[in-house]
Amino acid sequence: MQKIIVGIPRALLYYKYHILWETFFKELGITTITSNSSTKETLEIGRRFLIDEACLSMKLYMGHVKQLLPLCDYVLVPRIICLKKKEKLCTNFSALYDLVHNLFPDTKLLHYNIDVPNQETEFFGLLHIGLQLGFPYIKIVKAYHLAKQKELAETSISIKKQTVSLKSNNIKILLAGHPYNLHDKLIGANISNYLERENIKIIYSDKYDLKDMNKDCNHLSKNIYWTYNREIMASLWHYQSAVDGIILITTFPCGPDSLANEMCLRKLKNIPILNIIVDELSSETGLITRLESFIDIIKQKKELYEKQGNN
Amino acid sequence: MKSKEIISFPHLGDYYIPITFVLKKLLKMEVKPAPPITNKTIELGIKNSPDFVCIPFKYNLGNLIEALESGSTILVQAGGGCRYGYYAEVQEQILKDLGYNFKWYTLLNQKYNGPIYMYKTLKKIKPHLSIFKYIYYGLLTILMIWYMDKIDKKIRSNIGFEKKKGSHQKLKKEMLHAFEEIHTFSGLSRKYFKYKHKFNLLKTDKPKNCLKVGIIGELYTSMEPFSSYFLECELASLHIEIKRFTNLTYLLFQKKQQEKKLLKLIPKYCKYTIGADGMDNIARCQILANEHYDGIIHIKPFGCTPEIGAMPIIDKICHDNNIPIIYFSFDSNTSEVGIKTRLEAFYDMLNMRKGKENKNE
Repeated sequence: MQKIIVGIPRALLYYKYHILWETFFKELGITTITSNSSTKETLEIGRRFLIDEACLSMKLYMGHVKQLLPLCDYVLVPRIICLKKKEKLCTNFSALYDLVHNLFPDTKLLHYNIDVPNQETEFFGLLHIGLQLGFPYIKIVKAYHLAKQKELAETSISIKKQTVSLKSNNIKILLAGHPYNLHDKLIGANISNYLERENIKIIYSDKYDLKDMNKDCNHLSKNIYWTYNREIMASLWHYQSAVDGIILITTFPCGPDSLANEMCLRKLKNIPILNIIVDELSSETGLITRLESFIDIIKQKKELYEKQGNN
Repeated sequence: MKSKEIISFPHLGDYYIPITFVLKKLLKMEVKPAPPITNKTIELGIKNSPDFVCIPFKYNLGNLIEALESGSTILVQAGGGCRYGYYAEVQEQILKDLGYNFKWYTLLNQKYNGPIYMYKTLKKIKPHLSIFKYIYYGLLTILMIWYMDKIDKKIRSNIGFEKKKGSHQKLKKEMLHAFEEIHTFSGLSRKYFKYKHKFNLLKTDKPKNCLKVGIIGELYTSMEPFSSYFLECELASLHIEIKRFTNLTYLLFQKKQQEKKLLKLIPKYCKYTIGADGMDNIARCQILANEHYDGIIHIKPFGCTPEIGAMPIIDKICHDNNIPIIYFSFDSNTSEVGIKTRLEAFYDMLNMRKGKENKNE
């Protein structure tokens, strides 16, 4: 049998599911290839495919897909519309498969659909992919099982790490946003690199333990129905007393974030929040200046607080 | 002394008439729709909205602020679908932060929707609301909306060719006014047939071979007169027949059934729905191309995510079917002059194409 190479674009859902995908394909004996981290060039390529109003993360995604095309046989493009009952994702995720299919017509795509109320779950989706590639049923189920286990293990490790860093005495800052923005080289990495240089402990919103999500989220908003934004909101509420400041990272013009962040800014009054909107033109220098002044405020506040504590 | 309660709600095209009607009949309170949208409304909305939220949010917020300033005490907002479902909560918060004093009710939202939830919410406003009354007036309103959409369709195909300018608009206003005063199903139907007859009597001179253009796009922009009325008037003055798809009837009752049918029309382009009206609009392009329309106009508010996702596919389908398309993105800064210029250029292009086709034949 000819060896198959599956390409995984390093954007959007990659940051959420990469362990699951990589382990699943590895267990099936398929080589996966991931595109390189985003650069200015990726963005430049990606924006050629979409209209200028599309969100920055989508443009990056297209750039990553384009980069993968000559390197692999299939590109993995999931379509997710609904992960939980009565909840939704941003419509970009439901358009993703059709968009890639239309923009790159000659590419072979591997895709699965998650629509939980209509009984289309992640398991059936990946099963479908496995069967499409000609693997036996049992092998696929086994691979999925292993992948899921590994995903769970990794998540609990990262949550544990987060708990450790929460105990540190340094200044702690919560970086909140979608994982594909927080960890992207072009969007979030600038910020986290700067914070690390300043010796600040970073708490990530995507490493939050989802156990109490609904309870935490209802404090901030009861009606919000975007699953990922619910998670971010819940983490904001959960960590607000444990951290010294919050940085919200959004790409322009993210639909759900535009409303959800407004809600957070209006409801969280007792903690300094910096709302950073990244677009194609934002420069690193401007960003650093804003971060510097934000950190200064937090440092001063902390010093003042400690002085008062001593007195 | 308890002050008088006045209910208000944001605008949605001409549909403020049935909404006012049903709220008045059910709640027996004074109902005052928000003041008509002007530039001031939009400015107020923009000032108090998040930066890159879609334009309908800003319009709605402007409406609500103006309603509160004109003395309303109860605000009603609907919801459901795309970002609209979350408007209510954020708007309530913003208005509270602005210091207004009001009661807020969300008739529908993403998690709990359907007529029963709506009934429960209305019951919170008026505790003695009987379910029979709710069903009766609910159905009556639905029929009214259906009739309005039917008449609207008729107007749209004829308004460009009316002999006496403004006659259609005038008659429509008269009809809507008459609709406000009905009580029964038979009364409503009688009024509808009377005005339908009147519309048929209006004199038009429609050439056989006129230009036909379809309007597709996001639903609020295509229903809201302030943004789309101008466009339709402009098209009418250029003597173009217009077909518009989105209306409230479609949204409330036909969308679910038609989605699968539409998806079958475009297997080459779409395997799934794209969220909100994205896929519908792609399918409509195919329908318009099949019906040999001369051109397509796509309108959307700035930042409408589902339409942005659909636009590259729309582009492709139009290219494959060789049908010209023009995109308008309504922003708070969109100037009428700019739209007019682009529209005229589009019109000239369509005319030239048509002339060429006729010559070839």
